[in-house]
Amino acid sequence: MLDSIKDFASWFFVTGDPLIYGADVSIVLATIAIFAVLTYFKKWGWLWRNWLTTVDHKKIGIMYILAALLMLFRGGVDAIMMRTQIALPGIKFLEPEHYNQVFTTHGTIMILFMAMPLMFGLFNIIIPLQIGARDVAYPFLNSVSFWLFFVGAMLFNLSFVIGGSPDAGWTSYPPLSELMHNPGVGENFYIWGIQISGIGSLATGINFIVTLIKMRAPGMTLMKMPMFSWSVFATCIIIILAFPILTVTLALLFLDRFAGGHFFTLDMGGNPMMYINLFWMWGHPEVYIVVLPAFGIYSEVVATFSRKSIFGYKSMVFAMLVISIVSFFTWLHHFFTMGSGADINAFFAITTMIIAIPTGVKIFNWLFTMYRGRIRFELPMMWTIAFIPCFVVGGMTGVMLAVAPADFQFHNSYFLIAHFHQVLIGGVVFGYFAGLYYWWPKMFGFKLNHKLGVWAFWFWNIGFYVCFMPQYSLGLMGMTRRISEYTWDTGWAPLNFISTIGALMMGIGFLFQVAQILYSTFKHKKVGNDPWDGRTLEWTTASPAPEYNFAITPHVHAVDDWWATKERRAKGIADDPLPPIEPIHMPKNSIIPPIMGLAWFVAGFGFVFDWWWFYIPGMLGVAICMIARSFSYDTDYYIPVDEVKRTEEAIRGSV
Amino acid sequence: MDKKPRSLRTLITVVVTLVTLGVLIWGMFFTADYLVLNPKGPVGQSEKELIIITTLLCCVVIVPVLILTAVIVWRYRDKPNRKAAYSPNWHDSKVLETVWWGVPIIIIIALAVVTARYTYALEPSKPIDAEQKPVTVQVVSLDWKWLFLYPDENIATVNTLTIPEGVPVRFEITADAPMNSFWIPQLGGQIYAMSGMSMTLYLKADEVGTYFGTGANFSGEHFAQMRFDVNAVSQADYDSWVQKVKGNTGSTITEASYADLAKPGVMGETEYSSFPEGLYSKIAYKYVVDGENADSEDSTDGTKQEGMGSSLPGFSSGQVTSGLSASQPVQ
Ligand code: HEM
Ligand SMILES: [Cu+2]
Ligand SMILES: [Cu+2]
Repeated sequence: MLDSIKDFASWFFVTGDPLIYGADVSIVLATIAIFAVLTYFKKWGWLWRNWLTTVDHKKIGIMYILAALLMLFRGGVDAIMMRTQIALPGIKFLEPEHYNQVFTTHGTIMILFMAMPLMFGLFNIIIPLQIGARDVAYPFLNSVSFWLFFVGAMLFNLSFVIGGSPDAGWTSYPPLSELMHNPGVGENFYIWGIQISGIGSLATGINFIVTLIKMRAPGMTLMKMPMFSWSVFATCIIIILAFPILTVTLALLFLDRFAGGHFFTLDMGGNPMMYINLFWMWGHPEVYIVVLPAFGIYSEVVATFSRKSIFGYKSMVFAMLVISIVSFFTWLHHFFTMGSGADINAFFAITTMIIAIPTGVKIFNWLFTMYRGRIRFELPMMWTIAFIPCFVVGGMTGVMLAVAPADFQFHNSYFLIAHFHQVLIGGVVFGYFAGLYYWWPKMFGFKLNHKLGVWAFWFWNIGFYVCFMPQYSLGLMGMTRRISEYTWDTGWAPLNFISTIGALMMGIGFLFQVAQILYSTFKHKKVGNDPWDGRTLEWTTASPAPEYNFAITPHVHAVDDWWATKERRAKGIADDPLPPIEPIHMPKNSIIPPIMGLAWFVAGFGFVFDWWWFYIPGMLGVAICMIARSFSYDTDYYIPVDEVKRTEEAIRGSV
Repeated sequence: MDKKPRSLRTLITVVVTLVTLGVLIWGMFFTADYLVLNPKGPVGQSEKELIIITTLLCCVVIVPVLILTAVIVWRYRDKPNRKAAYSPNWHDSKVLETVWWGVPIIIIIALAVVTARYTYALEPSKPIDAEQKPVTVQVVSLDWKWLFLYPDENIATVNTLTIPEGVPVRFEITADAPMNSFWIPQLGGQIYAMSGMSMTLYLKADEVGTYFGTGANFSGEHFAQMRFDVNAVSQADYDSWVQKVKGNTGSTITEASYADLAKPGVMGETEYSSFPEGLYSKIAYKYVVDGENADSEDSTDGTKQEGMGSSLPGFSSGQVTSGLSASQPVQ
């Protein structure tokens, strides 16, 4: 009996590595600490009522962002572990098996559990405010989406200590990811972590496109929407069309592993190349999903901090819509080397290059927004200015990779690694940082400390070039990606060492940001509605915004409506008279989403281990939650006029 | 830090910048051996040309953009009594917009033409023009080693490849393990090695020498060990090498020893004096389902090629020979 428990435990828990034991201990300690603090300060009720069951888009947004920063930390630690292992030949820090797990979790986490939720967090906080709405179209669904993302991410991360991490790369190509070569449960964690959060992503896409179409303030025609809202619109189109492909692909892979299917196996007529096509049919659009909102943020920031209208509004919108469509016709550039023949390679090479055109146009428009502006170097603007050269160079190497026959020499080398980190960090991460700094006062009512932010900025930026420029060279020297060791005779050692120093510098940059957030939380000045002298509607309401966002729904007349209002006021023209305040219709909090999340977690865990006594109750729980929701009628309420007036007065009093 | 005098801060900044740049330049230009930019065969040579042409074409756009960025950011920064113009409501210009839609379009058209040309010219399965008949080498990617079969000579090697210089080599590539990619940077670009099918890649070495070869697509635990040396030797040396390997009859590959070889594991360089006939097609077409047939087409080099009958890119390829039907003669 004892022995069989021991056997089970050593299979169930990941053992044998001091790093992992360390992680186990810190996870347990952190959990105990959190429980202790919450109990000591009697905060359980507060946490449950105000946060976990909330349907308020602003709070959901904050929870997304917190989770994403946590995942950025995990992904970053993964990155530094890898860079340590390959800093020089012969380092025995990570075993090959472990290295493979680390790059797999790093890639998956960074894209799906860091970039996506950070992006959704910003959508949530800003979109309703920017279009003058009281919440998103489906607040309940919004909360469900958050919980699906959250439990998906937790399930995936659990593999680190229970069962074993996936190790077939974030792309998880079969046959390597099939049972034949990968019998452990790691791949199941990959499938279910992504699958559960993916359903949430799809729902978020639908939610926001409906919000943008149906809930804009009166007067805000589509062509008066702020650029960030437009970018979210374009992104949601891609999400809605691309995520179902991922869901189906992973479902088929799961059937192969779970039910003896043969979709992607080698034998019995399966075809792994089918998976590779399907994966990238989602995967390429996915990179545009994460980068378009960053483009939207840059547009807002550039206009605000140059004190100028965005240049070429119409062609900016057109460019984004073109990108969102063309991005579906380029997927094959991820495997020019699969031997599809010259016709097909040439076709996909050219479609890929076509995307460079609208992207280039956007760069010019940002530049000419700054031209004849008055540029203020606040943190959001610094990240935006750093983005431009970084993305231009990353874009150029992207075009070089798109040249199919040249890609035969770049493919799967460090040249590729350098390219996609340059666009993912220089484009996506810089953009979300800019957005965080820009909208932080709107979320919390204070700005983040400037000086610490400047330190973080320089560490990140210098670190970035020191880390990734040498990798272009390493690629041309023949170093392939995903290798955990190499020898001195390759000549790769010096550049790898330099690259690792750069990675550490970025790590320090991140620590500065953590310090910046902590410091500013305890020591700050409250700011008013409009701390940056902004241009769009989110700056007309309080910072942080009251739960109903706007006491009176705004009327929109111009693209940069708030800026136009300020200009009118400066000229001494009075605002339109305001209509009287009316009772405000709001959605009620719900306990169903977190419970449904939990049910999904149980089900996912059961599927990972093929334990029916887990997945059947889990799926039943999901079904019961859905049924319970369809029979609950008490889902909304009105905030009476008195209370709105009181809140508004309190806000005005406190500023 | 704000207490420090301005000049000291400037000094620190300058020193940090110079050191960083110095280290980067040293690393990137003085320690580096750029295999891809130092090709030793016609395929690698054309690929290098293509890389240079496309880089230059891209630079036509990006260098001015980078300069423009620096100038604009510097000139229009907000400072007291600056002289640069400020026009907050100027946000439209048909002429400018036409320019920056037009210029990228023209550059991309140029790039597209170059790319399409080279894509056809460098199609991997296209034979290389040469007087000599190509040597055939059959490549099998295993967990975690490379097996090279020389069908004309009936010898085999693991993790070391010897080819005659100046003679085109026709590589037939498959895998008996997860997908990998066969890459010899100084001779030319890579192509995937996939189980259940065979790919064709022509390369040629123009100079005697030892070149770096590697697996390029992650294939599991000891993927990093999948490196091999490519020895390009003179025809005479090649012939005597073949004789030497043939003479060493102590080590051969048999059906049984192949099964061992295919098991996951790493090993050093080995040579074998013979291997069972038809071993390659047995490996490449082992996943065949009897009775299925797919459409077939003629490939560029005139050999019969079959696709899996799907129309998705990557399957109905110009060059993939799929196991589904091509295996009929083997079984
Ligand atoms: C913070 C600095 C970062 C560093 C130092 C870093 C470093 C690395 C390293 C060393 C690898 C593995 C290379 C290999 O062995 O093949 C890697 C892979 C990868 N990284 Fe990062 N990374 C960073 C940030 C990011 C970010 C922000 C993203 C995405 C938003 C990202 C996405 C990926 C992906 C998708 C892979 C490929 C994983 C795979 O091969 O399956 N990385 N990164
Ligand atoms: Cu792509
Ligand atoms: Cu294939």
